[in-house]
Order: sequence, then structure tokens, then C-alpha cells
Amino acid sequence: MTPLTNYLLLSAFLFCIGLAGALSRRSAIMVLIGIEIMLNAANLNFIVFWRFGPVPTALTGVMFTIFSIAVAAAEAAVGLSIILAVYRRTRTTDLDSTEATRS
Amino acid sequence: MTLVFLLLAVITILGMGAAMSLRNPVHCVVGLTLGLLGLAALYLQFGAQFVGLTQVLVYVGAVAILIIFAIMMTRSSESAEQQTFSRSWVAGVAIAVAVFAVLGWAVHFGASGLNTQSTAPELPVKQIGDALLHRFVLPLEIIALLLTAALIGAGVLALQDPASETRGQR
Repeated sequence: MTPLTNYLLLSAFLFCIGLAGALSRRSAIMVLIGIEIMLNAANLNFIVFWRFGPVPTALTGVMFTIFSIAVAAAEAAVGLSIILAVYRRTRTTDLDSTEATRS
Repeated sequence: MTLVFLLLAVITILGMGAAMSLRNPVHCVVGLTLGLLGLAALYLQFGAQFVGLTQVLVYVGAVAILIIFAIMMTRSSESAEQQTFSRSWVAGVAIAVAVFAVLGWAVHFGASGLNTQSTAPELPVKQIGDALLHRFVLPLEIIALLLTAALIGAGVLALQDPASETRGQR
């Protein structure tokens, strides 16, 4: 077990926590939180490969992580406003109810 | 494997696991914040100070507060006996376990050839700024455009008046 393997396993575990939550929660906001957790696991992978990669001075992993954080922030803003718009039409954020998915 | 890594990994996994398994949505966001702080501390330990501080600023400072706002604004209809987990949660957890098995297999047998013992690289913020404005200037501009479009779109989506749309249905 090298350090790189440990970090990659941690990242894979975080990704699977987010995946399990996104697939099994009922509230749309909780599904969004699961997606954020999966994005964070991918960011950890970028940083780990930058840190243990062959050319750490290339800065590519760090740059990709910064851009990924910016995209994730935009995604959270748009996703939450979509949830708010759906909530105002149907009075629920429950993804299993027929009202929220029909509108 | 150092003690610091073990501690940070346990904090992160506990926080993220609490975020995905607790019933009260506000508790979930607190767990998410704890996990994000653990990840930021991991970035700091890797020598990526700028990324760690950006993580605290954007995720803990902005995204968590945004989610709290959304939970508060959609809370009135949540009844106490409402189910937290979907009817097909067993399938979801099974898919996640299968994905972890595949990823773990790939990591365990595939990552052994990489350089694993390098020291933490130096990364001054000045170098990041230089790279952002020279080599990565096109992605920076695209991200700026994307953020502007996303903010305008979120505002339009959240500001639309629902009264005119729902009046016909009532």
C-alpha cells in the first residue's frame, strides 16, 4: 500500500458515498449535495495526481481543480434555483412524488 | 500512511457519510461542511495552499450557505413523517458498492507504476497568477463567461412570478 493508493482509495470511497446518497435520497437538495460530494472526490484525485505525478511543476492539476471548483459553484447556484422554481409550482422537493416530476 | 492523513481521512469520511445518511437536512449540511473542511485540510497538507483556501472560501463560505438558504425556503411543506430515503434505496446503495469495488480493484492493481515518494512541491501564489494570466488565460475567460451566464440564469429562474402560471390550474 503506497501513499498514492491510500489517497486514491479515499477519493473512490468519497465518490461512492456521494453516489449512494444521490441515488437513494428523496429530497432534491440532498441529491444535489451528493453530486457536490462526487465533484469533490474528483477534485481530490486531481490534486493527488498533481502531487505524486511525474511533473509537479506543470500546475495542470491545480489549475483544473480551481476551474472545477468554479464550475461546481455555478452548478450549485443553477441547481438550487431550479429546485426553488419547482418548489414554487408544486410545493414539494420530493423526487418520488408524481407532482414534482410531472411539472 | 501518516497519522495526519488518517485523522483527516476519518474526519472527511465521517462528515460526508453524515451528510448522506442523517434525516434532518440542516444536520446534513453541517456534516457536508465538516467533510469539505477535512478535504481543504488535505489540500493544505499536499502543499496546494491556494486550492485549500479556495475550497474553504467557495464551498464552506458560499455553497454551504446557499444550500442552507434553499433548505430554509423549501421547508414549510416537509412533514415530520416524510420518508428520507427513496423506495429504491437498496438498488442505489448496491450500485455504489459495486462502483467502489471496481474503482478499488483498478486502484489496487493499476497505480503501482507511478512516482510515489516525491517531496511536496513548492507552489507560490505568484506562480499560479502567472499561469492563470498566460498559459491558462482562455479557460479563465471561459470560466468568467460561464459564471456570469450561470448567475443571470439562476436569477431569472428564481425571480419568475409563479402566480401567473399557477392561477389557471387552480
